[in-house]
Amino acid sequence: MLKIENLTANVGDKQILKGISLTVNAGEVHAIMGPNGSGKSTLAQVIAGHPGYEVTGGTVTYDGQDLLDMDAEVRAQQGIFLAFQYPVEIPGVSNAYFLRAAYNEVRKARGLEEVDPMEFLDIMTEKLKIVEMTDDMLQRSVNFGFSGGEKKRNEILQMAVLEPKLAVLDETDSGLDIDALRIVAEGVNKLKRPDNATIVVTHYQRLLNYIVPDYVHVLAQGRILRSGGKELALELEERGYDWLLETAGASA
Amino acid sequence: MPHLKYRELFDAAAPQAAAKDFLPKLKIAAIEHFEALGFPTTRDEDWHFTSVSPIAERTFRPARPAALTVTNEDVARFTYVDSHWHLLVFVNGRYEPTLSRFAELDAEVQVMTFAEALKEAPELLAERLGTLAPAKQAFTALNTAFMADGVVVKVPKGVVVETPIHILYLTDAHAANASMHPRTLVIAERHAQVTLVETFGSLGGGTYFTNHVAEVVVGEGARVDHYKVQREGHEAFHVGTTQATQERDSIYHAFSFAIGAQLSRTNVYSKLLGENAEVRLNGLYALEESQHADHQTFVEHIAPACSSREVYKGILDGTSHGVFNGKVYVDPQAQQTDGKQTNHALLLGDGARVDTKPQLEIFADDVKCTHGATVGRLDEMAQFYMKSRGIGGERARALLTYAFAAEVLELIELDSLKVALERVLFERFIPPETV
Repeated sequence: MLKIENLTANVGDKQILKGISLTVNAGEVHAIMGPNGSGKSTLAQVIAGHPGYEVTGGTVTYDGQDLLDMDAEVRAQQGIFLAFQYPVEIPGVSNAYFLRAAYNEVRKARGLEEVDPMEFLDIMTEKLKIVEMTDDMLQRSVNFGFSGGEKKRNEILQMAVLEPKLAVLDETDSGLDIDALRIVAEGVNKLKRPDNATIVVTHYQRLLNYIVPDYVHVLAQGRILRSGGKELALELEERGYDWLLETAGASA
Repeated sequence: MPHLKYRELFDAAAPQAAAKDFLPKLKIAAIEHFEALGFPTTRDEDWHFTSVSPIAERTFRPARPAALTVTNEDVARFTYVDSHWHLLVFVNGRYEPTLSRFAELDAEVQVMTFAEALKEAPELLAERLGTLAPAKQAFTALNTAFMADGVVVKVPKGVVVETPIHILYLTDAHAANASMHPRTLVIAERHAQVTLVETFGSLGGGTYFTNHVAEVVVGEGARVDHYKVQREGHEAFHVGTTQATQERDSIYHAFSFAIGAQLSRTNVYSKLLGENAEVRLNGLYALEESQHADHQTFVEHIAPACSSREVYKGILDGTSHGVFNGKVYVDPQAQQTDGKQTNHALLLGDGARVDTKPQLEIFADDVKCTHGATVGRLDEMAQFYMKSRGIGGERARALLTYAFAAEVLELIELDSLKVALERVLFERFIPPETV
């Protein structure tokens, strides 16, 4: 589904990604872990098409297409979804309007009829249950005045509505208490299907108790230092990141 | 001097013989005042960012009566869904009874055209006209000298007028190179309530000049909601001055929506004369290309314990230029004044600019007065957030622009008007296929 080869990317003059290669197949859950400043979030943003990051080398192929050639909105319409680490507040645009606009754009791209507000409300009733939210939040402005937990749940709600093929969760666990974490993780698990894939970007192993990864990759200093199964996450939890960095330094 | 041409126009039109009557007297005094004042220049503090030389260097003769070409369909473009509203239509400054309609009103409520008021309530005009808006300012003097028609509304003590009164000023091709000087006088007596909507619209008027003055008396415990919708033609000039006085416990809410005219100036002034009065001055303007819109508000806190609230927002595309000047004066006696003013501008065009000047003159010590102003561009993170959900760039910009305006549109308490103005904004900023 997603094939990243030797990807390099800059912010301004600073190189953040220094050659990332990663293959994600349908039905898989990949965790990308690493210390702060390792480039985890950059990788997530580059996949989503953030204009602030400049891809300087490598390729990203998504469903056989050149992903880097697509605008951010086209990527979303084609089934890529980024759950933001810091969801953006948009005062003045209701969540319901925003969600329906996004839903209809994605439907249009899939050659489906747009839905009207009444039909959409029926769809929302189901989706809200996934993240244990009530419909009063539909009338509120997008993320505006939301608590940290509400914002993250709203991200998963959007994911539930848009039904992406490839979801990238960028530090979705940061700032969440254990209840919110459980709701968010269970939401993600409910949305898991054999034909979609998830990349979970996280600093801590905690989230991976709920969303069990098939693969764990450790990213540091812009490179993947090690890949392994879910047991790698536990090892990191136990030993921290330093031993890996030292090993990498010694071998370099 | 360009402004002296107006004296000639005045002399050609004014009936000198009746100068003993109050109206000719008022008008003669006004033209003399105007002669002495001339048009303001950018050396005047109140006109620092707005040059009226495009108005001053032309001569706009008063509009002449012409055969009526405006239809009910034309009128419908500028009315709002509530067809039961009281509607007075003026075409090129003159009242058109065939296009107007009247709702049921309490028998004591007077809604008159200027001409009717001169016949039926001359003493009311003589007593009030020009007292709130004296001919001290050049454009007000010009309006007073040339006012030919307009509306007088008087709501007696304790009467609540439920149905809004809509005054629609339309121009058509006959207005080219002409000036209109409509006048509005509203008197809400003790505990009376009334809602007025004044709309200025164009049906292809070319280069014309609207110079409107409204005087609003808000009596003790009375409430007046006063909406002004300025949708003049793109080549038009518009100057409008609204001056209110408020007695104790009164509420005056003035909302200004401005989207038209190549050059416009909108003044809204209120004088808080009685304790515990409340004034709300809100506005939204949206400009494109080389449009210029200047808004000035002036709240005079004369009595203690009054409150003033102002929210103005501007959306500026192209190379347009917006000006906002919010003046607040707090008299030494006006203790416990509570004033809050905010002004936000959204710059869409690279060449767009805005000049903002809050002006607080506070002479009492126990007051709370705040003001805040921002000038910004569309939030790039919010644009990316929308794109990351599949919403394309143009639509994302349009939605964010609309969202910026929504906060102030929410302050419109007439739902049908709110919906209509939302649509007017949508038409300008949102590409049709995305609505």
